[in-house]
Amino acid sequence: MIAIFLGVWSGVFIDALSLGMNNQRTENFLSTSIGHIQIHNPKYLKDGKISFTIPNAEKLLQRTKKIEGLHISNRTKISGMVSTANGASAGNIVGINPDDEKHVSTIYQNIKEGTYFEEEKKNGIVIGKKLADKLKVKINSKIILTFQDQDNEIIASAFRVQGLYKTANSRFDEMNVFVQQQDLARIFNTEPLIHESGIWLDNKENVDQTTEILQSIFPDLEVRSWKVIAPDLSYTDEIMMQILYIVMAIILAALAFGIINTMLMAILERRRELGMLMAVGLNKSKLFSMVVIETIFLSLISGPIGLIVAYFTVEYFKINGLDFSSAAAGLEDVGYSSIVYLDMEPSFYFGTLGLVIFTAILSSIYPAYKALQLNPIESIRGI
Amino acid sequence: MSIIKTHNLERFYTEGGLTVKALNGVTLNIEEGEFTAIVGPSGSGKTTLLNVIGGLDAPTNGSVEIANTEITKLKDNELIDFRLNNIGFVFQAYNLIPVLSALENTEFIMLLQNQPKAKRETRAKELLKEVGLESQINKKPNEMSGGQQQRVAVARALASKPKFVLADEPTANLDSKSTSDLLDIMHELNQKEKTTFIFSTHDQRVIDRAKRVITLEDGKIISDETKN
Repeated sequence: MIAIFLGVWSGVFIDALSLGMNNQRTENFLSTSIGHIQIHNPKYLKDGKISFTIPNAEKLLQRTKKIEGLHISNRTKISGMVSTANGASAGNIVGINPDDEKHVSTIYQNIKEGTYFEEEKKNGIVIGKKLADKLKVKINSKIILTFQDQDNEIIASAFRVQGLYKTANSRFDEMNVFVQQQDLARIFNTEPLIHESGIWLDNKENVDQTTEILQSIFPDLEVRSWKVIAPDLSYTDEIMMQILYIVMAIILAALAFGIINTMLMAILERRRELGMLMAVGLNKSKLFSMVVIETIFLSLISGPIGLIVAYFTVEYFKINGLDFSSAAAGLEDVGYSSIVYLDMEPSFYFGTLGLVIFTAILSSIYPAYKALQLNPIESIRGI
Repeated sequence: MSIIKTHNLERFYTEGGLTVKALNGVTLNIEEGEFTAIVGPSGSGKTTLLNVIGGLDAPTNGSVEIANTEITKLKDNELIDFRLNNIGFVFQAYNLIPVLSALENTEFIMLLQNQPKAKRETRAKELLKEVGLESQINKKPNEMSGGQQQRVAVARALASKPKFVLADEPTANLDSKSTSDLLDIMHELNQKEKTTFIFSTHDQRVIDRAKRVITLEDGKIISDETKN
């Protein structure tokens, strides 16, 4: 019974941990870098030239903003070098309108030092803490950004660090720096160059439908959902529940051997009793049913208790999180948070209960068959 | 009237390549209401004879007829039902169900017969009273002495009103006082309820109380005495 309880509890716990980690990873990627939908000039996606901007981006912004449940932020995105006196690093320079961006990404919530463009100064920059550590810069340190302009001329411009952010994805933190769109426009001496419109939906489930609508509104642009932008995330998301059931099935399969072993031992220990029952007139179908029912009964007591305890464990860690700070560096390198909030779909508990019942029935057949093979005479004499 | 008839019973075993003749042509009749002891040295075939008569073992040759039914021709499930409704068993090691009380153990055979609860309880209480365990009905086997457990086993065997009771060395694990008490009870039941008892035994005290003593040796009946 304890084995079944522990098996079910640990199975649900491991699955909830996996689901929680995966959901957080997906949410981290979406809320910091990808968003739900992105719109680009198709040519920009092919070769990333700075001149391939979204035409009439401001109109697109205003028109899209009118759609309910949808938030949009236009971005300038260029590749360049981030340099200081202590070193240099390649990176993506993202020009944003901070107010719009707040509705689309959570970078502003992840500011660990300084501010998120709250100072009314030109050429402010917000960089990842990981990059700051690498380049040994602090708040108010000077950084030189080097990149190409529309005419492929190299431009270098000085920025001053206003804020340091830290997300759960350290690679993202190392690669992306944020500046104000208007500062870049002034450097390029043009209207803001918009390469990307990032979109956040209040309801993530509407992403496919909204993508289709936006694509029909802007047929000359490339409208892609996060599922297309990051197929690995989407695929993992889609097969996650199947994986969880497979993990649970493997645990229960191992458990089945435990149940079979326990019941075989029980039959061996009680062979005198079973022999007596067979001798006095317990027929084979009743004996078979007795062992099957006993096995199912054992499983149905301990299985649901395991599920109930697992439910409360998951609910506790869903709120309080499970601290993996000691392994934070490794986890954040691959996009996982160091505090994991467990998660589980309610249907999974019912699915697991079904699996437990199925396992119990399956596991009872062999011991019941072995009970039928007992010879009453030998069993009564304890041979 | 004969309740058990065996004809030329043979039961052979093969052990280590050798054929052992546990029963070698046993023919006997047992009348209703008899109090019979089957005696003989170890290996003489006493237990095998009881097992074959009780339908727990099949003879190699020969036949067993109980109350006009040839049980050697019954199918497995028919034989199990026949045992349930016609034969009571008392085993050497009592073989009570440890998690059930004396009352529940006594009721058990009637439960298998699907008898109603009230009827089961009345009959079980009546029998436990007859075997002197009226005050112990709620005790579990591990709370009772060996003699008391064997008395519960006798009550269980009689609960379904079988045509006869087979008792394989019922006093082997009992002290002399318990043996004497048990024999008194079985003798009284034999007299009062006309229950047929057949024992296999080594115990001289049982042999002394039996009305008929059948002696086996090497699987054959070598004597069959009925006391007056």
